[in-house]
Amino acid sequence: MSRREVLVCSGTACRSAGAMEVHRRLSDLIVEYGLGDEAVLTETGCAGPCSQGPLLRVMPDDVLYTQVRPEDAEEIVRDHLMGGRVVCRLLWEGHESLSSIPFFSHQKKSVLANSGVIDPDRIEAYEANGGYEALRRVLTAMSPEAIIEAVEASGLRGRGGAGFPTGRKWRFTSDAPGEPKYVVCNADEGDPGAFMDRAILEGDPHAVIEGMTIAARAIGAERGFIYVRAEYPLAIQRLEAAVVQACDRGWLGRDIQGTGFGFQIDLRIGAGAFVCGEETALLASIEGRRGVPRSRPPFPAQSGLYGRPTLINNVETFANVRTIFRDGPEAYSAIGTESSKGTKVFALAGQIRNTGLVEVPIGTTLRQLVFDIGGGVLEGRELKAIQIGGPSGGCLPAELLDVPIDYESLGEHGAIMGSGGVIVLDDTACMVNVARYFLDFTASESCGKCVPCRVGIPTMRDILVRITEGEGTFEDLDRLEELAELVKSTSLCGLGQTAPNPVVSTLRYFKGEYVAHIEDRICPSGVCQALAPPYTIDPEACKACDQCAKVCPTDAARGTPGEPPYVIDEALCIRCGACFKACPFGAVARVVRR
Amino acid sequence: MTDRITIAIDGRCVDTDAGENVLAVARRNGFDIPGLCYHPRLTPTAGCRLCLVKIEGRAGTTTACTLQAAAGMKLIAFDDELEADRRSLIELLLAEHNCDCLVCESAGACELQDLAYRYGLDRRARRYPSPVRELPEEDASSPVLVYDPSKCILCERCVKACDEIEGKGILSYAYRGLSAVVTAGSHGWATSDCDGCGECVQLCPTGAIREKHDTRPPRRWEMERVQTTCSYCGVGCQLDLWVHDGRIVNVTGSNAVPNFGSTCVKGRFGHTYIQKDDRLTQPLIRRGGELVPATWDEALDVVADRLKTIVAEHGADAIAGLSSATCTNEENYLFQKLMRACIGTNNVDHCARLCHASTVAGLAAAFGSGAMTNSIAEIEYADCILVTGSNTTETHPVIANLIKRAVRYGGAKLIVVDPRRIDLVKHASLWLRQRNGTDVAWINGMMNVILAEGLHDKAFIGERTEGFEDLRAIVEGFSAARAGEISGVPVEQLVEAARMYAMADKAAIVYAMGITQHTHGTDNVLSLANLAMLTGSIGKASSGVNPLRGQNNVQGACDLGALPNVCPGYQKVGDMAVQARFEEAWGRPLPPDVGLTVVEMMHAAADGKVKGMLIMGENPMISDPNLNHVEEALGALDFLVVQDIFLTETAQLADVVLPAASFAETNGTFTNTERRVLLVNKAVEPPGEARPDWRILCDLSTRMGYPMQYPNTAAIMDEIAGVSPIYGGIRHDRLAERGLQWPCPTDDHTGTVFLHEGRFSRGLGRFHVVEYTPSAELPDDEYPFVLSTGRILPHFHTGSMSRRSGALNAYVSEAYAEIHPADLERIGVAPGEKVRVVTRRGEIVTSALATERVEEGSIFIPFHFAEAAANRLTNDALDPKAKIPELKVAACRLEKVD
Repeated sequence: MSRREVLVCSGTACRSAGAMEVHRRLSDLIVEYGLGDEAVLTETGCAGPCSQGPLLRVMPDDVLYTQVRPEDAEEIVRDHLMGGRVVCRLLWEGHESLSSIPFFSHQKKSVLANSGVIDPDRIEAYEANGGYEALRRVLTAMSPEAIIEAVEASGLRGRGGAGFPTGRKWRFTSDAPGEPKYVVCNADEGDPGAFMDRAILEGDPHAVIEGMTIAARAIGAERGFIYVRAEYPLAIQRLEAAVVQACDRGWLGRDIQGTGFGFQIDLRIGAGAFVCGEETALLASIEGRRGVPRSRPPFPAQSGLYGRPTLINNVETFANVRTIFRDGPEAYSAIGTESSKGTKVFALAGQIRNTGLVEVPIGTTLRQLVFDIGGGVLEGRELKAIQIGGPSGGCLPAELLDVPIDYESLGEHGAIMGSGGVIVLDDTACMVNVARYFLDFTASESCGKCVPCRVGIPTMRDILVRITEGEGTFEDLDRLEELAELVKSTSLCGLGQTAPNPVVSTLRYFKGEYVAHIEDRICPSGVCQALAPPYTIDPEACKACDQCAKVCPTDAARGTPGEPPYVIDEALCIRCGACFKACPFGAVARVVRR
Repeated sequence: MTDRITIAIDGRCVDTDAGENVLAVARRNGFDIPGLCYHPRLTPTAGCRLCLVKIEGRAGTTTACTLQAAAGMKLIAFDDELEADRRSLIELLLAEHNCDCLVCESAGACELQDLAYRYGLDRRARRYPSPVRELPEEDASSPVLVYDPSKCILCERCVKACDEIEGKGILSYAYRGLSAVVTAGSHGWATSDCDGCGECVQLCPTGAIREKHDTRPPRRWEMERVQTTCSYCGVGCQLDLWVHDGRIVNVTGSNAVPNFGSTCVKGRFGHTYIQKDDRLTQPLIRRGGELVPATWDEALDVVADRLKTIVAEHGADAIAGLSSATCTNEENYLFQKLMRACIGTNNVDHCARLCHASTVAGLAAAFGSGAMTNSIAEIEYADCILVTGSNTTETHPVIANLIKRAVRYGGAKLIVVDPRRIDLVKHASLWLRQRNGTDVAWINGMMNVILAEGLHDKAFIGERTEGFEDLRAIVEGFSAARAGEISGVPVEQLVEAARMYAMADKAAIVYAMGITQHTHGTDNVLSLANLAMLTGSIGKASSGVNPLRGQNNVQGACDLGALPNVCPGYQKVGDMAVQARFEEAWGRPLPPDVGLTVVEMMHAAADGKVKGMLIMGENPMISDPNLNHVEEALGALDFLVVQDIFLTETAQLADVVLPAASFAETNGTFTNTERRVLLVNKAVEPPGEARPDWRILCDLSTRMGYPMQYPNTAAIMDEIAGVSPIYGGIRHDRLAERGLQWPCPTDDHTGTVFLHEGRFSRGLGRFHVVEYTPSAELPDDEYPFVLSTGRILPHFHTGSMSRRSGALNAYVSEAYAEIHPADLERIGVAPGEKVRVVTRRGEIVTSALATERVEEGSIFIPFHFAEAAANRLTNDALDPKAKIPELKVAACRLEKVD
């Protein structure tokens, strides 16, 4: 038999699905069958298609097995590892080669090149894949000025959401008087539904370290911090190990590779506050103070950590830096659009077939992302909206599927690229409820310092709640718009300034749903309990088995056993859904009005 | 120097300094931009968003409070858009707020209420329901204040005030968003380190943090404000007494020099003693062993009669008088005038003898003037502050705030020299822990290092001083090693301190009782004077030698000659010219011999040489050393008359007690520690038949045959100005805005900020050779502990005022002794248990407070508590020059109480 490597995806999603049990079973079997060095098991970071997990990738055949259970392990070992035969039933829709899978073929892995491929706990694997070569070249052959120029030439923009030109930020920080200077990595990924940074930290932590060290050289910093949210224990573990390994190998420390340049990185762990993803609040948190934003200017580039010039960039931004210096700024800026260069990692979630982590060139359209890669919506459903940008973002309707994903185009349509979280919504989603959901989030995450955010957002949320409960008025819509404008324009920081976006965009594109809730007192998608349409029985499908009547708490479902059809009294139906669950013949359905 | 620039606001050009806060500039020029979180004493917060303005050339809006004025800046402060946003923001605040204005104590003094009114946000205009689910509970656990989160607008003023102004950092926020609340301590305000200074109350714009009252206070608009000077310590905080129906119902800080609204817990919450029901309201005469009420005529006649008799039978020097460091300048002047001109003796003294007599003697000898050389405000801008013998955060809290701010915001280096781990040590760059009473040693040691390293100011020494060579001879022989041996301070620390002090541009010395209350107290002061002159750290701003005077008017009492060796203005008794001047002014021959000091008076009384005493506003039965002896002495007198506001421990021994008015019930002036003469304004009437001390003195003097009559106290000050050159230009009508700092020789002189600029008061500064001498009574086998005494924050001196104020008693109400836990273990006493403390002079039983603030082998006892009076134990050994007793060092023994 030939030597094979089994890459076991050990990202958080696959772990939750049981990847480590699969790993253990494989490991035991390899020993049992005495395969020794012929079969190597490697734990990797996120491979991408989380909904298909647990995932195994057998190399060099490049075969991807999906939804693997421990019981499948023996077959894989005997048939594939020993016998060289692919286990077809575990393939993704029969694709024998990963590269033929549309989910992968439409992506361009750059930042995520190592994720799902190497063991993130082994710096040797990172180095073997070209890791730290960029840093070596930068330290030995480039001046700080040249480094900054290269980043400027690449056109890289911050990946945390604001999209500020990275090279310009580096230049500001480099030019700012004062020392010592600091490099800080914002790994406090707080958007619900976003896990891009998590995947990079878990799957390729050295990419961040390498990027930060290059940045430190550029601006003249000797110390760096990675502020990572406490809710990412695996990422913390990987980072801690990676920093130690990097030090041991001489990629961090007082005298890196004998060049005389020194840089040390420390981790700082968050404590569950979304607002600490805001850069000034993050810096306050590192200083041990309450994580609350402050006025800018001065910007961190001039006065940041401990009042010193501080460069603060997002995880994905630093990973891109590594790419720029590995491939060269020209190669980097060949990808993307005129104003937004490079690739972007997106976390696809929601009512989509293929949820998971993807990386595409900026400028890819929403259609390509959602359908070509994401596989589109689920059977029998219709795409309603694409929520992009997290709580700071907006909801775009299906009509806008051909909008390219770049900073400017999305902005024109009332959304933002944000950090990369994309939530796909189908016709079972209520857009008013979506807006309420995001305002619930921002209201509870508001630090409380400024009036518009602290009071304005919960006030908007309360209005939305009343609308979802059938108590809304048209005046409420005016109030929502006024408050949205006020909160956007007067809030102190980005949290408040962008919190109204979900409301504004849903009002812009889905006004009809609001009107239905207010005027007709109906939730067309049946989500808002108080306004959901009643259940109804399809007379053709009903077999009069009496199951629905047995479970109905209000005697709304009635009939004579054996004599179909049963009927549901609209007036008595409280929309609890018990009959829907109880019917073995699928005869009960919601009345969905468009 | 900052540049003057012009900026434009709403089209109008406005002059300002470059870098100034734009919101402050705008408001000063009549642009009333609204705001709730900004306060000129704090860093800007930019949380309320009300001050958002538009700047030309910048998109969107910017908060004016975070903007610094720059040349050419053009901004729009008011337009329809900005005003609409402001109105909406206030509307949101009102939705969140517990709008209970109908019954809120802060109605009429609430900034949110004012804005709601200004923007016409009546109920019909308010569109948003409250997003707050539940009305939160109040926190009323603090003895002095109440926090009501439902009225909190999260402006952060209180949190920042506690941190930035007070340097305490006790307040912070808990939780976030709508749930955010101000918090002190983990389980309610009372579990925190809050000491009740009330800075948070002072700055709270709404009713969220308010003073605690026993009964519901009147409405704000029903109260009248009377500004006056605090009756407690020598900082001289300006207070606003709020009066309603003839009663003081509240006290707040005045936004005026020197405290700008800050106070300590005593100033703000400790003035309820004024209206305590055991105020003296009637004259009392001892008949049949009991003090019984009498009329003023009766009482004054008895006093006049008895005093005259003693003078006739035994001579004027058989009378001694203790004037009051709590009473006004005018009253002190009249008291010493009564003693000298009316009775004919120089036996007049007061409690300065117990605290800063060594300062007055020492600095007068070294510089020619015995007062604080620089001003309080200057301390904040020093580069190095050497604090020794002063537990400043407890004894002069408002000055301590300045020291802490100098360190935190000015980068100043703080050197603390103290045997106890006082609170200031937390903020210090260096803490030298010397043994009690070894100050000459460490100071000489520092000077030795300064000379050795050539860090002394040769030019200054050459041009401005005399006596250097003699000093050099001694100091060069006093090595840092020797200094370390005697004082216990490691040599490296002495060296570091010496360099730190000598190399600073502006170095200030701040000191108090730890330096003065020794048998070599004058020597200690002279050493500090030497140190300052050696490095040229005097005669310029933010430097100098700064004694912190203890009582509200102890400076004034000294200035006005309530001392046995000087007349008003420190003009020497016995000096022919001085004598002639006063004899002319007062129309009586004056006694030429220097009189008795406080402790000497007690000895003389015990010996029968002094037969009669007048005591005004002093309580030697608690404040003097060796109380058993004092009790004996006062008991031996033929006649004792006491003028006071309460029946103090001393008054209880008197033959006649005269009820006096408190500082809130009279007019006059106090002089604070920085030589600033400040107005004392009458707020309420004295109770019953109590009278202002000055009227009592005039009455008494007139009855004794030396008529004294003044239409008011301003006239008394006019007379003072006529006879004391340093007060030459002090008139009541010049004092309202910021007082006047003496020397102020003429009516057009604006006062003196710091002394000895260009030349010392005596011409050249004089170095003194000071040898180290050990304290009079050091520990031995029988009395193995060092005893030291002093003050604590919540109480004051003999406790006659502070222990009658409920709030202060809530913080500390019982006597205790600070003892190291290891020592307690050795004698088998548990923390909190009773312990007996014994010295050669007496013994007390008190509670043991286990703390590592004191060193092993040393104990500290606050002297405020009559029932366990520390002064029963203290040593009345005196400094030969200043006659100050050694209150800071005695030997004692600790015993378990069975």
